[in-house]
Amino acid sequence: MGSISFRNVDKTFGAGAIKALEGINLEIADKEFVAIVGPSGCGKTTCLRMVAGFEAASSGDVLVNGKAVTAPGPDRAVVFQQFALFPWKTVRENIDLGLRNKNLPAAAREEAIAGALRLMSLESHADAFPHQLSGGMQQRVAIARAYVLDPVVLLMDEPFGALDAQTRVVMQEELVRLARRNPRTVLFITHAVEEAVYLADRVAIMTRRPGRIKEVLDIRTVRQSENWDSHPKIEDVMDLESFVHLRTHIWKSLREEKGFRDV
Amino acid sequence: MTDRPLTLREAVLLGAGGLAAFIGLWSLLSTTGIVPRQFLPTPLDVASRFFQLFTTPFAGATLPMHVASSFQRYAYGVVLAAVIGIPLGLLMGWFRLLDDIVTPIFDGLRFIAPIAWVPFAALWFGTGAGGPVMIIFAGAFPPCLINAYRGARFVEPRLIEAGRMLGTPNLRMILEVLLPAAAPSIIAGLRVSAGLGWQSLVGAELIVAAAGVGFMMVQAQGSVQTTTVMAGMIAIGIIGMLIDVLLRRAEAWLRRRRGLEA
Ligand SMILES: Nc1ncnc2c1ncn2[C@@H]1O[C@H](COP(=O)(O)OP(=O)(O)O)[C@@H](O)[C@H]1O
Ligand SMILES: [Mg+2]
Repeated sequence: MGSISFRNVDKTFGAGAIKALEGINLEIADKEFVAIVGPSGCGKTTCLRMVAGFEAASSGDVLVNGKAVTAPGPDRAVVFQQFALFPWKTVRENIDLGLRNKNLPAAAREEAIAGALRLMSLESHADAFPHQLSGGMQQRVAIARAYVLDPVVLLMDEPFGALDAQTRVVMQEELVRLARRNPRTVLFITHAVEEAVYLADRVAIMTRRPGRIKEVLDIRTVRQSENWDSHPKIEDVMDLESFVHLRTHIWKSLREEKGFRDV
Repeated sequence: MTDRPLTLREAVLLGAGGLAAFIGLWSLLSTTGIVPRQFLPTPLDVASRFFQLFTTPFAGATLPMHVASSFQRYAYGVVLAAVIGIPLGLLMGWFRLLDDIVTPIFDGLRFIAPIAWVPFAALWFGTGAGGPVMIIFAGAFPPCLINAYRGARFVEPRLIEAGRMLGTPNLRMILEVLLPAAAPSIIAGLRVSAGLGWQSLVGAELIVAAAGVGFMMVQAQGSVQTTTVMAGMIAIGIIGMLIDVLLRRAEAWLRRRRGLEA
């Protein structure tokens, strides 16, 4: 089980100086993949950090499985935009740390690591250090490190934002495969509209600061009726009329928010 | 002048040139008698005394024996400073409360020059081995602590967040996240420590009666043997440089391993 709830959440930084979020309400069901899009600085990262336990709400409640979040923990794995791998640990050791923290026996850890490496096609890089890998590979390690924890929810903050266009596409396709094969609750932050529509079950659109949720779009019905997942390539999905329609809708909604820049 | 780095050849030439000019000026001052010889011996006298001291004992030991006995006390002092200073600095970087307790005391104490501890070192340890070790420790401790502390304090916040997200307990966080993240800063601190500790040596050996380069120099001063004093200075300089070169190498090796520029 891994539901996430935002109930009337406000967030103010620095003694009332910056009101980042205002009246956020969002319910994410177990095994649902929700993407948040919005202008930069609207508070997307702040939402995610509150679920992760790095930041507390100024008022309102942030709940995971109905329980208030109080501190970070391995039940809520985070994939950071800048990877945040430990540079002094090899790929294997980076993935292993969370498992060691769970006090799992060595054999179980070995097996879990092997599985995670296979999942992300990292087998031949197990003993490399992060700086020896490309950005795309590093982000695979970060995803493997998160997945191996078998977290209740997966929190991803613009995980592909730092990647070049080609690598980004590969990672998006991979994530879709992963999410469909092994569904779990995902909160995915992005400011790339197409990425959100391609990946998510639902897309929440935020207003500019102070961030509020303006609209939530359900993608699932269209995805299923138009059979998006039968196309292995992202560009084929992006060509479909149903995709273009949704994308344009979100796009327009965001355009109304001054200060929105798309990549 | 451009900012391009020197080639090895240029660096050697320039360094040798500087050294030659220095020795030239020194020769000029001492051989012409501008400065009386008993105050400033010639480079040649000093060099021959330096090598003579390898075989002829002075103040009960040859120069290498003095160096060895200095080095032993030095090693005790610096290792003790590292063994206490680094863990304490890391702990202060992780536990706010400890930081708040230790920092005010430490900030006051660290401005006291190592040599100022000599009376207490003599009082507490007499002529025992502890006295000089304590002085060297006083010189070497602050950079160990400060650099470990700063290194731990300024670890990239997202690495700490990654560690916390993975459920890493405190001790493991300190050993596997703070310590390696702070390692470059710690090694830089060790370099400063090693330098300050070595500099404190002569002061430390003012209160030992048996052996050591500083002890040798003090004895030589007593009998106005300026060549012997300078031979001791050269030994201190050379060993100080060697220590620094070794630690620089360790630092460069660490940076390369991390994929940072050397
Ligand atoms: N720790 C902080 N202190 C002060 N202001 C912050 C802090 N974190 C975020 N903010 C502010 O809150 C707003 C939302 O930030 P963020 O959640 O990072 O936006 P987004 O991820 O949508 O770009 C921004 O205006 C940002 O400057
Ligand atoms: Mg952000």
